[in-house]
Amino acid sequence: MSEAGSTVFLALQANDDTRHVIDAIMADNPTAILDPQPAMVRITNRGALVVRRESIEERMGRDYDLQELHINMISLSGRVDETDDELTLSWNH
Amino acid sequence: MDMPVKKKKLGLKERYALMTRGLGWEPSYQSIDDIFPMDSFEGIKIHDWDAWEDPFRLTMDSYWKYQAEKERKLYAIVDAFAQSNGHLTLSDSRYINTVKLFVNGFAPLEYMSHRGFAHIGRQFRGVGPRVACIMQSLDEMRHSQTQIHAISNYNRYYSGMAEFRHHHDYLPYLQVPKSFFEDAATGGPFEFIVAIGFAFEYVLTNLVFVPFISGAAYNGDMGAMTFGFSAQSDEARHMTLGLEVIKFVLEQDPANVPIVQKWLNKWTWRGVRVLTLVAMMQDYMLPKRVMSWAEAWEIYFEENCGALFRDLARYGITMPPCVEQVRLERDHLSHMAWAHFYQARGTSDFHVWLPSEDDMDWLSSKYPETFDQYYRPRFEYWAKCEADGKPFEATAVPMQCQVCQIPMLFTEPGHPMTLAQRHVHYRDEQYHFCSEHCEEIFNDEPEKYIQAKIAGHEVFKGNAFRPGTDPTAEGFNPAAEALAFFKVEHGRDNGLHHGSHDHRNFEMWRGLAKTND
Repeated sequence: MSEAGSTVFLALQANDDTRHVIDAIMADNPTAILDPQPAMVRITNRGALVVRRESIEERMGRDYDLQELHINMISLSGRVDETDDELTLSWNH
Repeated sequence: MDMPVKKKKLGLKERYALMTRGLGWEPSYQSIDDIFPMDSFEGIKIHDWDAWEDPFRLTMDSYWKYQAEKERKLYAIVDAFAQSNGHLTLSDSRYINTVKLFVNGFAPLEYMSHRGFAHIGRQFRGVGPRVACIMQSLDEMRHSQTQIHAISNYNRYYSGMAEFRHHHDYLPYLQVPKSFFEDAATGGPFEFIVAIGFAFEYVLTNLVFVPFISGAAYNGDMGAMTFGFSAQSDEARHMTLGLEVIKFVLEQDPANVPIVQKWLNKWTWRGVRVLTLVAMMQDYMLPKRVMSWAEAWEIYFEENCGALFRDLARYGITMPPCVEQVRLERDHLSHMAWAHFYQARGTSDFHVWLPSEDDMDWLSSKYPETFDQYYRPRFEYWAKCEADGKPFEATAVPMQCQVCQIPMLFTEPGHPMTLAQRHVHYRDEQYHFCSEHCEEIFNDEPEKYIQAKIAGHEVFKGNAFRPGTDPTAEGFNPAAEALAFFKVEHGRDNGLHHGSHDHRNFEMWRGLAKTND
């Protein structure tokens, strides 16, 4: 399997804070799969997964600092690249 | 009135650079090797510490901000859980035994991890990893504290938790997780961070905190759910740090590759052996189950570690050879472990039970290749012994593996009816191993592992008795004396769950909670 074929995932607590975050991620990553589990969700995608600040802000209706993700993040896989606007998980370089 | 001048906010990368690298300095009157004496003896060559990139660009100020927010959320829930007698909303009183296993086996590891990262946060000469290690050290202290704090609500009502620190230090089965961390902490700083960042954070905590804690939520344990997810939110950062260290080290010098490969081989195996306890929790101890151990394994090991090793292949890193055996053991692990704890229930600090017909049907469906053939008959036989009023219990001190310290309960890979044993003669002593992988770890550093304190041996050497005990006294009962030293109240802290104090109290209190009597 090639690297791009590896799966990355982001697991988030399922609560009121993350509702919009999850919606934003699913909208920004059309091939992502949402796996709801008790008290949490696990979002998987082949290759890469992008979390965009603007998409979250649109849904939340307020400013959002991507580092707020730390509060409700449970786990992840893949390499992390973080800027003010985007957090990307991927196995590509 | 002057209009305030709005300052241009620094970008994340600039802020991070100033708040981490910018805090370091070049020493002027001491040599750098004298200041950081420990980051070279392992043979790892680092040519450019500045090439280190922190994946999460978290600075100390945002670290405090978000950690404080996590704590506020956590304590609000822990308090609410205690105030509303949350323990009585659990699915079943058997569940409480997983909490006991957690506080005895896992919370003290978080504390060890705190100590380890504080130590290496001092020892790396690169500023970036040093800041990340210090944050991790604080996280680990937080995990240990919040776990103990949340679980203290159970300790008010149930047995087996009050002496968790003493049990962790001395109780035989807890030497398995304890020795894992002591092995890591007595390595050099690079081995420690590979061991903990990779085996503990990336492999182990994902399996402990994600499917298991999701299971805690499913079983009505709000307290464990909250500390678990709160801790794992830090673990996401930790495992990323661990992987970044591995990548950084591999990129610095090709001579580092075989050293890192050796550590990955060793710590994958060490981690998997400790996971035996988690496999058993997942398959046997959660009254309401979320997923089987085998399913969790597929997601968090096969998929997740598969992706990592494919990624590391560019540096010449390959999948550790032990993975072959690990795959063969996947469908046996939890059954072997629970069968062992059932038999040896006199020496642990939680209660055990036999799987019900329903439980066994579920296990058959999840383990079609192994459960009915190898394990169901055993549980059925023991159920018959219980029904006849003659429950089976093993009372002998088991032989333990010199490296992982697990009693030698494992079978040969691919031959589930043959007990696995390996032996090495070293400097006039015989040492025993559960597998060729533990044997290989021993052979690489025998002088380290001959120092291991093996709980069974300590009993025979007379080191597991309270001061002043006279083994020559008439009627001396070594097993009872050892339990007294371990601070296990026989018949209350251990034994069968059905009819135990905990079981009876839970049923009575839950009954009271539903009526006005």
